[in-house]
Amino acid sequence: MPVTDVQQDLDNLTLTITADFAVPVERIWQIYADPRQLEKVWGPPTYPATVVDHDLTPGGRVTYFMTGPEGDKHAGYWQITAVDEPTSFSFDDGFADLDFRPTPGMPVSKNVFTFTEHDGGTRATYVSTYESAEALQQVLDMGVVEGATLSINQIDDLVAS
Amino acid sequence: MTEEDEDRADALFHALADRTRRDIMRRVLAGEHSVSALAAKYDMSFAAVQKHVAVLEKTGLLTKRRSGREQLASGDVEAVRSVACMLTELEQVWRGRIARIDELIASDTNQED
Repeated sequence: MPVTDVQQDLDNLTLTITADFAVPVERIWQIYADPRQLEKVWGPPTYPATVVDHDLTPGGRVTYFMTGPEGDKHAGYWQITAVDEPTSFSFDDGFADLDFRPTPGMPVSKNVFTFTEHDGGTRATYVSTYESAEALQQVLDMGVVEGATLSINQIDDLVAS
Repeated sequence: MTEEDEDRADALFHALADRTRRDIMRRVLAGEHSVSALAAKYDMSFAAVQKHVAVLEKTGLLTKRRSGREQLASGDVEAVRSVACMLTELEQVWRGRIARIDELIASDTNQED
């Protein structure tokens, strides 16, 4: 498994995940720079993602929706706040309606993705921060049963890998 | 995490470290099932299924109530939430994404072969 470290900071509601990939930094960057590759990794197999707008520049937006097993669609957006190709980018991740207008009152998480060269491969660090425990709860409540089932399915995948 | 949270996380992961129990959780999260209806889904004895249900019940992931002669089991979404702790749930989402990145880059290598 490429995940090498997970830090949960319960006080600051921050999740930091470190993963090592056996490819150069540029290859990992490409995944985020290419909407067709990004959608392959963003949504789980049960909720595949479709990336619609993709402007990975400061002030730009990436929009996407995920399609559930019943054909239900859940949209979200990334508001890009900083880009330092190919080593890092930052964005606010939020919920949107199907026209990609941010949903008022819904929480937004702050994310920083960093990619550094490590032992001939790439060390990726993913940091996600939520503004409050309520915000975190709301994010998870978006798909209560689906979310719970999904996590369990992912445990299955983890065990299988 | 406090010691108590750690203990609960251990119990949760133990409960979910079994294929049958994960399958039972999927079913009871979707709706209430009698234990005998659950037992009919698996190629194992009623007692064995009942034992799995008891492990899940102990973690609070599943709750049972009696209705006449039947025991009805349902998944407790709140418990799934609080026991796992919310960041752990998100962690699973991230682990899924990272696993998919790994698959994607592995398919590059396969194409080159």
